[in-house]
Amino acid sequence: MSAASESERRRAAVIGKVRRALADDGNGDARRAAVEERLSRPRPNLVPARGQLTGEARLALFAEMAEKVSASVERVASAEELPEAVASYLRARNLPSELRMGADPRLKALPWDRASHLEIKHGPSDGRDLAAISHAFGGVAETGTLFLLSGQENPTSLNFLPEHHLVVLAAQDIAGDYEALWARLRAAEGDAGLPRTVNLVTGPSRSADIEQTLLLGAHGPRALHILLLGEG
Amino acid sequence: MPPSEVAGQTGKAPRVGLFATCLVDLFRPQTGFAAAKLIEAAGARVEVPERQTCCGQPAYNSGDRADAAAIARQVVAAFEGFDYVVVPSGSCAATISRHYPALLADDPSYAHRARALAEKTFELTAFLYDVMGMREVKASFSGAVTYHDSCSGLRELTVRKQPRALLASVDGLTLKEMKDADVCCGFGGAFCVKYPDVSNAIVAKKVAAIEDSRAETLLAGDIGCLMNMAGKLKREGKNVKARHVAEVLADMGDEPAIGEGQ
Amino acid sequence: MSLSITSPAFKENAALALADVDLQQALTHVERGFIEKRRKAAEALPEFEALRDEARAIKEHTLAHLDLYLEAFEAKAQHAGAEVHFAETAEDARQAVLAICRRAKARTVTKGKSMISEEIGLNDFLEENDIAPVETDLGEYIIQLRGEPPSHIIAPAVHVTRNQVEQEFRRAHAGLDPERDLSEPVSLLAEARAALREKFLAADIGITGANFLIAETGSSVIVTNEGNGDLTQILPRVHIVLASIEKLVPTLEDVSTLLRVLARSATGQDMSVYTTFSTGPRRPGDPDGPEETHIVILDNGRAEMLAGELREMLRCIRCGACMNHCPVYHAIGGHAYGATYVGPMGAVLAPALFGLEKTANLPNASTFCGRCEAVCPVRIPLPKLMRHWREREYERHLKPAAERGGLKFWAFLAKRPGLYRLATRLGLAALSRFGRQDSYASLPFAGGWTRHRDLPAPAAKSFLDQWKASR
Repeated sequence: MSAASESERRRAAVIGKVRRALADDGNGDARRAAVEERLSRPRPNLVPARGQLTGEARLALFAEMAEKVSASVERVASAEELPEAVASYLRARNLPSELRMGADPRLKALPWDRASHLEIKHGPSDGRDLAAISHAFGGVAETGTLFLLSGQENPTSLNFLPEHHLVVLAAQDIAGDYEALWARLRAAEGDAGLPRTVNLVTGPSRSADIEQTLLLGAHGPRALHILLLGEG
Repeated sequence: MPPSEVAGQTGKAPRVGLFATCLVDLFRPQTGFAAAKLIEAAGARVEVPERQTCCGQPAYNSGDRADAAAIARQVVAAFEGFDYVVVPSGSCAATISRHYPALLADDPSYAHRARALAEKTFELTAFLYDVMGMREVKASFSGAVTYHDSCSGLRELTVRKQPRALLASVDGLTLKEMKDADVCCGFGGAFCVKYPDVSNAIVAKKVAAIEDSRAETLLAGDIGCLMNMAGKLKREGKNVKARHVAEVLADMGDEPAIGEGQ
Repeated sequence: MSLSITSPAFKENAALALADVDLQQALTHVERGFIEKRRKAAEALPEFEALRDEARAIKEHTLAHLDLYLEAFEAKAQHAGAEVHFAETAEDARQAVLAICRRAKARTVTKGKSMISEEIGLNDFLEENDIAPVETDLGEYIIQLRGEPPSHIIAPAVHVTRNQVEQEFRRAHAGLDPERDLSEPVSLLAEARAALREKFLAADIGITGANFLIAETGSSVIVTNEGNGDLTQILPRVHIVLASIEKLVPTLEDVSTLLRVLARSATGQDMSVYTTFSTGPRRPGDPDGPEETHIVILDNGRAEMLAGELREMLRCIRCGACMNHCPVYHAIGGHAYGATYVGPMGAVLAPALFGLEKTANLPNASTFCGRCEAVCPVRIPLPKLMRHWREREYERHLKPAAERGGLKFWAFLAKRPGLYRLATRLGLAALSRFGRQDSYASLPFAGGWTRHRDLPAPAAKSFLDQWKASR
């Protein structure tokens, strides 16, 4: 038997076994309709009250939850101020003035020349970068979570390899709950489906594998710095 | 529901069948007498049907479903005529009220009877507090006690506040909560003889928590758990007495403790 | 090659575990840490109990339509460019992985944490085929160095003390300065991070598990705190996902609900640090990500569980709360179970995957205290399902003859109240003649009890007899 037909046989065997085991679960048409309905019109389930805040309360919850998981949050009034905010973050931690970024137009458009001596490198990380910056698709107040999308302009490796991950998040992109961002993402991507990688990031990397002692910076960034841009 | 609302019993004391449990019957008769005394003090009449042996848990938990069902049918037949069935054990009460309906679900002549029995079967302190509305007892006991929440009573029947509320009314008694009062004592029926070393590790932790509470008396609502803990306390030479909570509530706390002679 | 199952020696394993001083010290962290963290997280979210009900309903719905969701997932994943491989058995899954490795001419493989990989014994198999697997989750890395299976489904090295990690690192990282200070967990972590960073960048293939597979989008989802799973799946040229059929979830909204109960139940976090949705290989123009994505979907006995009451077990989302709250697990840890999956969930799952003959001890080694069911985020009735296996064991005559005989004799009497009354009367009288004591330190036929505790003496006369006499 060829490899292809062998794999086809296994597929039929597994799905067939499942189907036979579910023989008592009702007729095919009704089941098919239930699945089609659920997949074609995804609906939110129960959303906790804390995911339904609005305005400044939502922003405040986002910052509170992000800080609770050891991210740092800095409010920045306008995009023009971002380069200097980044430079002073690096200076304050005695880090070299080097920054890795992808080709995100929102980041590229910033006046980086205003921050003196900041050396910008583009493209995916080679594993030796100390600091990188990304632009989030959105944030979720409920748990202080960032949504980061992969794409031609956004290497996923920047989210994991550098020791310090700086993320720009527009205050207006903060949603109350995950469901709101999924809806926004579906609208943005249309038939293309999800980007190859959607990272939900909640705080910097950590491990408690040695005697349950919580330590930051296991394999991913030791520090996650969120630059919260503008007003909600 | 309060006793006055019992169907067909308006104005009359409800008739309670006391399911003593096999362990009370063989090891701790005074728990049975204490339970009867409390039920009567709450305003009900007590009978102890002779055709009772055991709730069937040993068979049920060993995978012998057929024998467990046969014993369940026997209990249903012996007790279904009462207004209530009261059990001085959370674990046996839960077997009747939570498991008999499933065990006899496929038996057309017993399924509905098992469900009916389940609805009127209660653990002793839950019956006194929730059904009869008892809020205090006439009893005195000098010294500090600690109360262990037996697993089935706690998690299957939510028995937690009832024994504590009634104990609070006992003259001279203080309750010193132990750490992890809601954690298993390691008894588990056949488990403790099948896996004695594991059971021992669990009861050793329990005994340490009991000792740390600095109470002189250990109370609980299940004789199985109490025999396990009392046996370990005795083996370790600890000076803590073990009693069924009913004995203290019934003002019978001066009789010999478990393992101390009769 | 088959996975080594040591469950038949459960009692001996447990005795060794109870005598292991390091293990007993390590286990105190489970009992104190996880329980308190989960309690706080659950109490901080008023909707937590309602979310558990919804999580349960989502999984129930998915399982009842699993054939259709598998097909929907496969179509979406293929559309996104992934290759989907169904595997009926552990051997099918191993061969599927090996074929991918051969085609990619892979020599080294980095691995994110995957219980399916443990279930199919993948690491030993890859090594036999000259492919070097490197575990990258810190806990998994530690136990790989020690040559052990995980002892917990989310904290695989929870049985290891800091001292033991230090010893292992000094042995494994022999090229480093022998005088270096490794006395703090943070220095151990830094050393592992540096050692593994090289492996991440050099690996030919990355293998991860999946917490969920989403039918709506064809995505696989991993949930981690370290970021190792992400480095495993974005850096190598080929990404292989190992998943089992019950990981399916319909939509992104459904996953969101499950995520709200997963981390809270597991570690007490509101959300794990990295929750990553991967859909197919890298897209044209993407600067990084794998060029090939393969998803291996394993059955290995699960489809049969769908037909009866064991279906409820397939709701499991592998949070570990059941073992974190289990008094038996607290006493002996995970290795004594000897069947990959441990604690209450293992006691139900292992017999289905590896056969009841080898694993019958596991569903018996529970006091039925019910704490596992009380904390399960998808409300699996674990004691009921352990009883299910005890019933199959009884039906198939797998219990020792003496135990079965004793049970039968007792049941014979318990079903005959008159005879029972007579027998107990005679028994109590005989025991009185044998020599009355308040309690017994040893008694024939009661060795299991009296080995560690005294047996309070039975009454001279039964309650029923005394009651009758008193009225």
